[in-house]
Amino acid sequence: MDQPLIDIKDVRHAYKTDKGPLPVLDGLTLSVPEGGFVAVVGPSGCGKSTLTRLIAGLMIPDEGEVWLHGKRVKGPRSTVGMAFQNPVLLEWRSILRNVMLPLEIVATGMSKKDQEDRARYLLSLVGLSGFEDKRPSELSGGMRQRASLCRSIVHKPEVLILDEPFGALDAFTREDLWQTMHKVKEKEPFTGVLITHDLRESIYLADQVVVLSGRPARTQHVLDVPDPGPRDIETLYTPQAAEMLATLRHQIQIAQGRAPEEATA
Amino acid sequence: MNVRSFAIPLIATVIFLLFWELLVWANGWPNYLMASPSDLPAAYERYWNLFLVMGWQTLWRTVVGLLLAVLFGLLLGMVMGFSRTMRDALYPLLVGFNAIPKATVVPIVALLFVGAHDFNTILIAFMISFFPIAVSVSIGLSTLEPEYRDILRSLGASKMTIFWKIALPKTLPEFFGALKVAVTLAFIGTNLMEIVSPHGRGLGALFDSGKTNADYPLMFAVLIALAFLGILLYYIVVALEKIFAGWAERPAG
Repeated sequence: MDQPLIDIKDVRHAYKTDKGPLPVLDGLTLSVPEGGFVAVVGPSGCGKSTLTRLIAGLMIPDEGEVWLHGKRVKGPRSTVGMAFQNPVLLEWRSILRNVMLPLEIVATGMSKKDQEDRARYLLSLVGLSGFEDKRPSELSGGMRQRASLCRSIVHKPEVLILDEPFGALDAFTREDLWQTMHKVKEKEPFTGVLITHDLRESIYLADQVVVLSGRPARTQHVLDVPDPGPRDIETLYTPQAAEMLATLRHQIQIAQGRAPEEATA
Repeated sequence: MNVRSFAIPLIATVIFLLFWELLVWANGWPNYLMASPSDLPAAYERYWNLFLVMGWQTLWRTVVGLLLAVLFGLLLGMVMGFSRTMRDALYPLLVGFNAIPKATVVPIVALLFVGAHDFNTILIAFMISFFPIAVSVSIGLSTLEPEYRDILRSLGASKMTIFWKIALPKTLPEFFGALKVAVTLAFIGTNLMEIVSPHGRGLGALFDSGKTNADYPLMFAVLIALAFLGILLYYIVVALEKIFAGWAERPAG
């Protein structure tokens, strides 16, 4: 069997607080094959963002192992790209120079010209041609998130970590960005982990959805989404999709510690 | 620069001078009570050389004091911005130090380093103006959103890279805001020392000699000269801000 690109094995972690240790992850297992796209859903505050920091190597778990491409993660690696709910673009840079930021830090061996060409190409891919020289403050929230997405993949990371990137957008903009994500994945294949609160988003974008239990989080349920690859927004309205959403909702309710009957009442 | 942005402040200044002239004339104040704008040209003409020499002394001491304040303020701000422990340790000390009116420190310093005019003056200009810079830089650095740091750290960037690429530029608007306050404060510091220090130099000393001789036109001429220097330095800071932190300005409208 192929070795998964991201392999998280039985990870446990607790934050140290004034009131003693606060366990956030308790037996989390997750593996993503190369080119796979896994969505992670779970109740609020269950440790989803901790998971992203573990994969990025920004923190080391108390117990368990995180493997990336056959190597144990022991610290930050340049082979990771990240995008957050807050697009955190640098206001003093143009959109183009914002997208080029990772290339200034990761040694790619690319010439300045090639770096710029790549950034321009990615911006055109997400529909931001003509906005290269604008400042972030001149763009709408959706456009900023598109630029943030370009920045996260400009250095061709092995792993793309998306921490609720569309969470703050309105419903229509969000659906636009879902389409963009499929387009980007087609042209610039990546292996990704998507943290989200939106169940529709999870089955629309990912090919596997992992439900985490409430804090401390462990892997509670894994749902495979059939027919990976680009899809149409209409697929969200099929009976098959409705069934998947129902399963996920049911699992979330269990994770929240509520009996389903009680929750639906 | 269009005509409007130049004409409006000019007209305002002329109106202000006219009003001042009128006030002195209507009250019939003699010259030894209050000078009027029409007395000033004579005062400038008579002491022009002194104004140039003293004005330069005041200016360079203020600028040196301010530069030291910027350097020290940045350093202190960085230390407090990056380390919580240092912030907790230094903040009360700083606030206490800042609460002491510098006018009370002036005679102490003047006696402590008697005769060292340049050193004394620069020291007071520095002491009075580093506080806002240190506070603004430390606040700017400590309120940096964690995502900024994470994006660069996940790429393996060093602390220095994060500081130069993100933390420093992000703090520049706050820094320049504080610098505008510090410029005026540094001027106050310089002049306090120049006035108090015996056999002092600079515009403050000129003001003091005007006071001794009850030469009101000279005293007011010094005040106007100080205001002029203050405006000059202030707008130099504004120009620097436009160059280095112009991005923070929102388009009008």
